[in-house]
Parts: sequence; C-alpha cells; structure tokens
Amino acid sequence: MLGPVLETLIGGLMTGVLYSLVALGFVLIFKASGVFNFAQGAMVLFAALSLARLSEFMPLVLAFAFSVLIMIALAYAIEFLVLRHLVNQEGIILFMATLGIAYFLEGFGQTLWGSDIYKIGLGLPTNPIFILESVFPGGLLIDPVELIAAIICAVMVLVLAVFFQVTRVGRALRAVADDHQAAQSVGIPLNQIWLMVWAVSGLVALVAGMMWGAKLGVQFSLSLIALKALPVLILGGLTSIPGAIVGGLIIGAGEKLAEVLLAPVLIRTFDLAGGGIENWFAYVLALAFLLVRPQGLFGERIIERV
Amino acid sequence: MRAPSEHEIAAGNVLLAVEDVSLAFGGVKAVAGVSFDIRKGEIRAIIGPNGAGKTSLLNIINGFYQPQHGRITFKGRPRAAMRPYDAALGGIARTFQNVALFKGMTALDNIMAGRTLKMRRGLFWQLLRIGPALAEEIEQRRRVEEIIDFLKIQHIRKIQVGKLPYGLQKRVELGRALAMEPDLLLLDEPMAGMNLEEKEDMSRFILDVNAHYGTTIALIEHDMGVVMDLSDRVLVLDHGVKIADGTPAEVQADQAVIDAYLGLSH
Amino acid sequence: MFYREVGQFKTSYDADEAIFPIAQDRWSVIVLIAFASLGVPLFAGQYLYTEVLIPVLILSIAAIGLNILTGYCGQLSLGSGGFMAVGAYAAYNLALRLPETNIILVFLFAGVMAMLVGLLFGLPSLRIKGFYLAVATLASQFFLEWAFARVKWFTNYAPSGSVAVGRIELFGIPIDTPGKTYIFVLAITVVLTLAAKNLVRGRIGRMWMAIRDMDIAAEIIGIRPLHAKLSAFAVSSFYIGVAGALWAFLRLGSWEPLAFDVNRSFQVLFMIIIGGLGTLLGSFLGAAFIVLVPIFLNQLPSWLGIAMSTAMISHIEFMLFGAMIVLFLIAEPHGLARLWAIGKEKLRLWPFPY
Repeated sequence: MLGPVLETLIGGLMTGVLYSLVALGFVLIFKASGVFNFAQGAMVLFAALSLARLSEFMPLVLAFAFSVLIMIALAYAIEFLVLRHLVNQEGIILFMATLGIAYFLEGFGQTLWGSDIYKIGLGLPTNPIFILESVFPGGLLIDPVELIAAIICAVMVLVLAVFFQVTRVGRALRAVADDHQAAQSVGIPLNQIWLMVWAVSGLVALVAGMMWGAKLGVQFSLSLIALKALPVLILGGLTSIPGAIVGGLIIGAGEKLAEVLLAPVLIRTFDLAGGGIENWFAYVLALAFLLVRPQGLFGERIIERV
Repeated sequence: MRAPSEHEIAAGNVLLAVEDVSLAFGGVKAVAGVSFDIRKGEIRAIIGPNGAGKTSLLNIINGFYQPQHGRITFKGRPRAAMRPYDAALGGIARTFQNVALFKGMTALDNIMAGRTLKMRRGLFWQLLRIGPALAEEIEQRRRVEEIIDFLKIQHIRKIQVGKLPYGLQKRVELGRALAMEPDLLLLDEPMAGMNLEEKEDMSRFILDVNAHYGTTIALIEHDMGVVMDLSDRVLVLDHGVKIADGTPAEVQADQAVIDAYLGLSH
Repeated sequence: MFYREVGQFKTSYDADEAIFPIAQDRWSVIVLIAFASLGVPLFAGQYLYTEVLIPVLILSIAAIGLNILTGYCGQLSLGSGGFMAVGAYAAYNLALRLPETNIILVFLFAGVMAMLVGLLFGLPSLRIKGFYLAVATLASQFFLEWAFARVKWFTNYAPSGSVAVGRIELFGIPIDTPGKTYIFVLAITVVLTLAAKNLVRGRIGRMWMAIRDMDIAAEIIGIRPLHAKLSAFAVSSFYIGVAGALWAFLRLGSWEPLAFDVNRSFQVLFMIIIGGLGTLLGSFLGAAFIVLVPIFLNQLPSWLGIAMSTAMISHIEFMLFGAMIVLFLIAEPHGLARLWAIGKEKLRLWPFPY
C-alpha cells in the first residue's frame, strides 16, 4: 500500500511543480501591478502553440528564441492596447479586462497557429525512470519530463527571487505594487515596469507551456490549466513567490492523493458514477483554507482603512 | 422620553464617557490613555496637530477599531466590543475626512440609505412594492425630503454623488448621517477643503442640527475660528495624549496647547 | 422635441417613485410589452423563436440574476453556470418524481433550490472579497458540475448522464410549439423583471449598492454586510436557477451537465459587462448581443461568399467577445445600457445640443 501511495505522492508533487510554474506568472503580475491576470492560462496556450508550430520548421532553440520575441511583443500589445487605458481603475475591472484578453488570445492563438494537437519534442527520454527499487518491489515510477520540469521550475524561482530582491528593477517593481500613484510621483515609469513584468510573465508562460506541452501535447485544454493554478494562488497568497511554489506542491499532491484515497470512499458512500474529484478538490481545499486565513499562506495581511 | 437615571445625573448628563482608552497599531500608539466625556446636547470639538489620534478616537467611538485598553460608556451603559453596525443601531452616526459616500448612487439614494435602520418591510413586500412596502418607502422619502430641504440640496437629488463637487458631497454625507436621526453625530473635518462661503453654510447647518434636533455633536476641525465659534467644549490631543480639555477660551489660553501647535515642546 | 418631461409635474412622492417617471418612457415600455406579446406572434417564424427570442429572454433572466449580485452588490461571481445547473436538475427531479406538479411550481422550486445552494456558497463572501471571492465561486461551479455528472440520483441513473424532459403543460394547455413557449417565457421574464426592478429601487437595492460602493461606510450607517450580501446571493441565485430550469426545459429539452459548464458562467458575465453592470436594461441588451453575434458571424461567410470552417468561426467569436469586453471596460464601463441612456438624454434635449 505504501508504495503506490508514495508513487502517487511523487507524481502529485511533480504535477504540483508545473502548477507552480503557471501560478508564478500570476504572482509576478499581481505583485507588480495589482492585476489578477486571468489570461495567464491563455498566455501559456499561446506560447506553447507558438513554440510547437515554429519548431516544426526550425530547431527548437531557434523556435524558443522566436517565441520569446513573440511573448515580448504580446506584452507590449497588452500594455499599449489595454493596461495603459485602465490605470487607477478598480482591481475588479482590471480582472475582467484580463478575462477579455484571455478570450481574445485563445481565439487569436488558434486562428494564427491552428487548433489541432501539436507536439513539442524536447529530446527527453520518454521512458519512465524507476527509483528505490531496493526498498519497494518494482520501485517507484517517475516521469523524466516532470523531473526536468521540477528542476527548471526550481531554477526559475531562484532567478526570479534574486531578480526581485536584489536588482534596482526589482525594487521598482515592488514599489509599483504597493502604490501606483506614489511610485509614479517618485519617478518610476509605470508603463515600462508593467511592460517588463508582463514580458517576464510571458517568459514564465512560455516555459510552463513548453513543459506542459511536452507532457500532454499542445492543445486548447492547456489554457484550462490556469484554472488549476487559481487554487494554488489562493493557498499560497497572491503576492508570494514561495507561496506559489508551496501552494503548487500542496495542491498537486493533495488532489492526486484525494483521487486515490478519498474518491473510492465517496464513490462507495454516495453511489457515484466515477471519481474525478480532482476537478474541484483543489478549490475546496483552497476555499477551506481561505476561510481560516484570508490572505493565504504567505500573503500580506490586508489592513483596511477609512 | 425616559427619565435620566441616577448615574446620568451624577455624571452631569453625560452621553458618552471614554475612560483611559488606548489603541496601538503594532508599536505605534495612536491613542494613549485618553479620558473625556461628551454631554447631552453639546457640540464637542476635538482638535490637535496631524497624527494626534483624533480620527482614531472617532473610529473607536463608532466601533471601527477596538481599543486594547480602557472603558467606554454610552447612554449610561458600559459598552463591550462592538461592530460599527451596533454603534449605528445605538444611535451613533458619522461622516468621514475623505467623504465616504456611495459613489454610484444618487444623492437621494445615499440619504435614503441612511434610513435603512428605520425600514422594516421584508423581501416579499419589497419585490411586490405594494401596500406596506410602498407606504413605508413614501413615508421615508418624505422624511428624507425634509433633510434635503434643510440642507438645500434639492437641485442635486437625482445626480450620482460621484459627479458632484466636493463641497456638495460633504453636504450629502451630512444628510446621510442626519437621516439616521442619531443621538450622537461624529463629524470628521466637515469643512476640510471648503471655501469661506461653504464653511459658513456648513457651520450654520451644524448649529441648526444641534439646535433643532437637539443632536449631540462631536467634531474634528482644523479651522480654529470655526472651532471657537461652534463648540461648547474643546478636547486637545497631541501624539495620542490628551493635553487640554475645556471651554474654547480656556483651551486657547493653555500653554501646552500653544506649545503643541507651535511645536515648542518637541 | 417629443421626448420631454416638461409639463409633467409630480405632485406626490408616489408619482416620483414610479418605475418610469417620464410618461413617454412608461408608454413605450407598455407598447413594447404589448408588441412582444401580441405583435411578434403575427410574423415570427420557428427560427426567430427558437434561435433568437427564447434564448435571449431566458439568458436575460440569468443576466438579471448575476447583475443583482455583481452589478448591484459588487460581488463578482463566476459560478452562474453551476447555479443554472442546480435549477435545471431541481426542476428535472421534481417533474420526474412528482409528475403532477404544476409547471410554474416546478420552476419556482428550481429557483428556491438554487437560492439555497447560492446561500451556502455565498457564506464565504462574508470573509473574502474581490478576486478571492471570484475564485471561491469557481469552486462552487466545479463542484456542482461534478456533482451533477457523478451523483447518479440527480440524473435518475441515466447511463449516458444525459436527461430529457417530457411533455410540458400549463393548466392542461400543452406548451409544445415555439410560439407558445415564447409567450410562456415572455410572461415569466416580465414578472421577474418587474420584481427585480422593485427590489433594486427599494431598501434592499440600496443596501446592495451601498455594500458595492463602500462596504465600510455601509456598515457604519447600519447596513449589515451579512444581511446585504446573503440576500443578494439568494435573490441572484433564485433568478439564475429559474433561468437554468427554463433553459433546460424550454430551450434544450435534453441535456447533460456540460450545458452548464464554466463557459456558461463566463457567457453570463460577459452579458452584464457588455450590457451594463448595475442596470436591468443592460441585462437584456447584453443577452441579445451575446446571442445575436454568433448568429451573425455564422451568416457572415455566406453573405460575403467566402468559405470558413466552423472552427474558424468559433475562434473569431472568441476574439470578438474578448475584444468587446476589453473595449467596453475601457470606453464605457456601464455598457450598452449607458449608451442607450446617453442617446435618450440627447433626445430629451433635441433639437438643442445642450
């Protein structure tokens, strides 16, 4: 019993890392601009589509470079066409605007790149790796794509953390997040900052899209992964990079374990037509947590003033 | 009207008594060991330099902040921790330093909203809007129109308050507070940012409210001329501490007050 | 010139509190309802009924529901699809298990069940706000979607998970033609719209708007956030539940949980953004817009004489809706209804520019 559970746990943690990667893009934008970017999932899809289609007729490295340029151009377009006109609007208006961006990008991406299922070949070994064969009979199965995703994710988190804490740009980003107007008045160029942070989120989306694409194939359902990243954010706190990581791991492991351990019980008790509880388990987990601690695991406490 | 209790008489007809109240945010002491009272029917001014803890004190009185220490007695009853809703229910109304109106609603609806506690009809009658619900709505509308007449804002009744100039917004906010028919009205800088004419109007309204409805008023104000003309008694705070309390003339002559305002003691 | 309130003096607050204080407005609404119920059946064909009028009316009810919660009370919800599903399956089960129940009662029951579920999922709104609440409502969406797909009792153990309704009749009159369905839906829409109008312009509506505009100030004047938010959730879910049941019974006939997935939630949200947050008129305009645009897009290639795949059309639809949302949020956050109001104001002053 322990072996399969452990295997599920590891698989869940690996998937969790991929959730974290998507959540990371959210956190970056939220931290720097106070925008809850619902379009992050659509950006993942768009980036993955670009990479997959470009890599069909050029080497992967080149396709990646072009995709980076595309995501920067996209950030520019979003800043120029949307955000610029909504400065100082309420958060909820900006949120709904990103919903519009998400819809647009989903349609645009598929119009531009097509709407079939595409492959991203990373040249990774596809055979599963078995570890701890001496401890468990048959060992524990690990997917190499997930393993590499985990490593890449860890590296990205480190780089971003350093970027935020140490560099001048990082400090400016944090200032903007605290107060748009105050940051503007001390001479921080708001538009440039936003452009930069959307571009960085675009890159994070590209990496996330690459890893998810390698795992599942590039298709429309990738944009739904954003919906999986939302509970991760709630759990970890909207403004915390470590929160996105820990939240991702908890959600990833939690939903897989729930599917294996809780779902059979539910099916028996309520006479269900199958489990599939991972669709909502993460949300309910996050929601329950929210009621106890509204600012999330690592989020900043909100103090209201009149 | 019930007869005042012995306790009230002993306290010189005190409506609200604050005893040794302290409030700190983290390490910052906003209010430190302040005691004072507000008597029935008076106009009580609270003054002090910026950051003296005046607004925090109002926030404590209407339940928005819970003091970490001290006792508050309202209408002769000691008050446990309470929410702003309970304060409203108990008859405390207030206005804010930076106008806290409902920006998407008309001036009329804002003031009508102040009558919420006076309205009883439930969902069922509301959605039919006949019989008792309509009668109630019309009755409350009549009362609100009296306030609108009193404040001379008939012409802006149906305009969204977000579109009104600042001075008129302040007036609508006063109207909303009056609509609650409060026993104690807290005004946080009712004349901030107003020109002389508007200030004179507002002073007149405050005196009229006090005279006609007998409403007890506590107000924070920076304009010393206004404070001296309007108030019966003045409380002076500095750095969260009470430094003087008395009639306008007494306070004006107080050396500690003069020092605080000229910054000599620090 | 003809659209003026000059000369119409209100002599009582009663008159000033009427739904449409200007006589021309009052008459035009009465004429509109009369035309919709008497005039339309003279010329409407099956296509107009089933593809345009019935969907627009039913979705308008859902949009009014969401508008009450989001537009009036300021609580963003992404769970409308789930609450429509509650209404649909509640109605299905009542009609299935007590076949003699009057159809009006069936729809009322659908609304009440959705209301109860809405109250339950509205409870977190007391502690959480904004985006957090939006995510919490997504939780209800996914949970409800899952529940109707997996709990066999809800679908009466149908092996495919798809359910269908039988004959629908009202007081012995079968509602079996598009024309009759239309009149039935129209009547329900008119009643529900009037009730919503009464609510939003009374005490409860003011409570909702006060919470939306500034919840702290609302509490200070004696509005209980608990009371205001939960009543908004309850009323909103009732409307959405009724809309869900109507959609299932009178538009789809047979359906599976996918008919009420998260895209339905977004669709309803888009209606109120495009139509106008916090206006009932906007709910209708938004619903009409969302229903008509795809129809228009589907016709467009054949009008232009170019071939276009259905996938391409659906992608363009996505792009167009996305762009419209952004455009409206930037240019006119109060949506089509605001444009209508501006037009009316111009008409009032016409022929003078100011």
